[in-house]
Amino acid sequence: MLSVKGLRAKVGDEEILKGLDLTVRPGEVHAIMGPNGSGKSTFAHVLSGRDGYEVTDGAASLDGVDLLALSPEERAQQGLFLAFQYPVELPGVNNTYFLKAALNSIRKARGEEELDAVSFLRLIREKLKILHLDDSLLKRAVNVGFSGGEKKRNEIFQMALLEPKLAILDETDSGLDIDALRIVAEGVNALRSPERSVILVTHYQRLLDYIEPDVVHVLYKGRIIRTGGKELALELEERGYGWIIDEEHAA
Amino acid sequence: MTSTPAVDDFVKSDYEHGFVTEIESETFPPGLDEDVIRAISARKGEPEFMTEWRLKAFRHWQGMAKPTWAAVDYPPIDFQAISYFSAPKRPEDAPKSLDEIDPVLRETYDKLGIPIEEQKALAGIAVDAVFDSVSVATTFRATLAEAGVIFCSISEAVHDYPELIQQYLGSVVPHTDNFYACLNAAVFSDGTFVYIPKGVRCPMELSTYFRINARNTGQFERTLIVAEPGSYVSYLEGCTAPQRDENQLHAAVVELVALDDAEIKYSTVQNWYPGDAEGRGGIYNFVTKRGDCRGARSKISWTQVETGSAITWKYPSCLLRGEGSIGEFYSVAVTKGRQQADTGTKMIHLAPNTRSTIVSKGISAGRSTQTYRGLVRIGQRAAGARNHTQCDSLLIGDRCTANTLPYIEVKHPGARMEHEATTSKISEDELFYCRSRGLGEEDAVSMIVNGFCKEVFNELPMEFAVEAQKLLSISLEGAVG
Ligand SMILES: Nc1ncnc2c1ncn2[C@@H]1O[C@H](COP(=O)(O)OP(=O)(O)O)[C@@H](O)[C@H]1O
Ligand SMILES: [Mg+2]
Repeated sequence: MLSVKGLRAKVGDEEILKGLDLTVRPGEVHAIMGPNGSGKSTFAHVLSGRDGYEVTDGAASLDGVDLLALSPEERAQQGLFLAFQYPVELPGVNNTYFLKAALNSIRKARGEEELDAVSFLRLIREKLKILHLDDSLLKRAVNVGFSGGEKKRNEIFQMALLEPKLAILDETDSGLDIDALRIVAEGVNALRSPERSVILVTHYQRLLDYIEPDVVHVLYKGRIIRTGGKELALELEERGYGWIIDEEHAA
Repeated sequence: MTSTPAVDDFVKSDYEHGFVTEIESETFPPGLDEDVIRAISARKGEPEFMTEWRLKAFRHWQGMAKPTWAAVDYPPIDFQAISYFSAPKRPEDAPKSLDEIDPVLRETYDKLGIPIEEQKALAGIAVDAVFDSVSVATTFRATLAEAGVIFCSISEAVHDYPELIQQYLGSVVPHTDNFYACLNAAVFSDGTFVYIPKGVRCPMELSTYFRINARNTGQFERTLIVAEPGSYVSYLEGCTAPQRDENQLHAAVVELVALDDAEIKYSTVQNWYPGDAEGRGGIYNFVTKRGDCRGARSKISWTQVETGSAITWKYPSCLLRGEGSIGEFYSVAVTKGRQQADTGTKMIHLAPNTRSTIVSKGISAGRSTQTYRGLVRIGQRAAGARNHTQCDSLLIGDRCTANTLPYIEVKHPGARMEHEATTSKISEDELFYCRSRGLGEEDAVSMIVNGFCKEVFNELPMEFAVEAQKLLSISLEGAVG
């Protein structure tokens, strides 16, 4: 499914990703952990095609399609989804209108028929329920005046609607209280399927109690320095990152 | 007016056929002097008071200088090179087919889904069958007549309702007002007259679109709307389809009068031909629009969406003369390519407890220049006056210019004024967020810009708002990057 090899990327003159390798197979959930500033969000942005990053080396493909050659919208149309660490407010842009345009644009690119207003509303109501979100959300402007928790839930709601092949959740758990966390986790779990993969970027074991990862990675200074099973996350929770970093330096 | 038998005959024969049948009339040779003014008036069969009014304006205009304060730049206009009788275009001058029309314009017609016959009419091509809005217009007229509403061309009004015209024409924008308004008073071709009787709520939105004989009203249009006490009217001007006209200079005047407790809602979508990529051939749109809240608790709202013209010079204003009267201005102005717009509003508070609201959204792209120029004046008598102004500019690309020039004059210490202004670039974060959800770059821009303009679109009548959004999206295509 996702294959990243030797990925290097710069912001300005500073190299942030320094040879990152990652393979995610269909149906797998991977957690990427690591101290602040290690490049987790940068990785998510580079994969989804945000401007302002220069990829200097390496490759990234989704189901054999070279992601790096595509525009952000084409990547989304290929089935990539990024749940933002800081969801963006779109003043005056109605949520329903936004979601319908997004979904239909993706459907069109996939050669599927666009949904009419009625089928769309039926679908959207169904997805709202999964995230325990209120109908009133549909009438509001995208993310405007949403609480921190609402914004994060809205990201997962969008994911549920767009049904990506690969979703990257960038610190979706931070700023959520325990109830909201459970709802978000339920939402993600409901979407787990043998064809769909998820990358969870997180600092905390907490989220992984609810969404059990198949593989856990530690990202540090732009590289993956340790990969293990879910027990690695528990160990990190207990001991912090210091010991791995020390071992890395020693090696 | 010295009335000769020849002129009388001329007038009479013309008038017998009615306004609509002027189709084959000739165009006057270029040039402007008193004889031309008299001839225009005679040609339209006007009563003497009209001729005198035009002449008075012309004499005044001769002593006026062209205004130079606006932030727009254009070559000097030779006023003697213009033909001042705006008869409908002669068939031999009009484009013969759509193939002769700027392909960009045609593309826009197609995108807006305008039927071929209508495209031809908009492009000034002679069409045999006027599309089926004739019957619509007839139905409209019947409904309006029942309500006692007068909705006709200003030429008709001059004949049929001379007392109303004499009482109100020039009472809001006097012929001495400014260079272009003065010229308009002297030579105005035609336009619209609306009269809403006391206590009547006009049963439908009034739109020039449905007034067949308002087509080709030409470059010096004049509109007068009078709302008697307790009445209400919503008037829609223009249409989203880009309109072409070989007359480059347009100097229209719009006057609104709202008496006690009356309300006038005036909505405009202006999409005159902006010219080619270099701005050649675009319309110069120099408009004077003013509303007079003459009565207590009266209300006038201007809502406009401006995307066309090579040059726009326009400040729809409100004179708040009635106690507790309300003036509103909601505007979206889009400039791209080489377009220049100097636009804004004036809110003149002359009575106690008057309120005004200004919401201006300017979007500049390409190498365009856009200036918001707004005046809020609180007079000595305007105790308890309030104004809220919000002026936002959005820049697309880095070769365009946006200026905000608010002028505030407060002569009463109790006034409450709020002013907010922002200038921003279209945000990378917002764009990336939309695109990461699968929306193409142009769709993303249009969505963000439409969101930016939301407050203004909310003020437009529903159908018009939908069209305006579509127009905005089309206007912005290719404006990114
Ligand atoms: N747009 C940017 N401009 C400059 N530096 C950046 C930019 N984005 C990220 N960085 C730097 O890259 C490093 C990694 O940041 P980030 O990917 O946000 O880390 P994480 O998500 O792991 O906390 C940090 O040192 C950060 O300061
Ligand atoms: Mg981060």
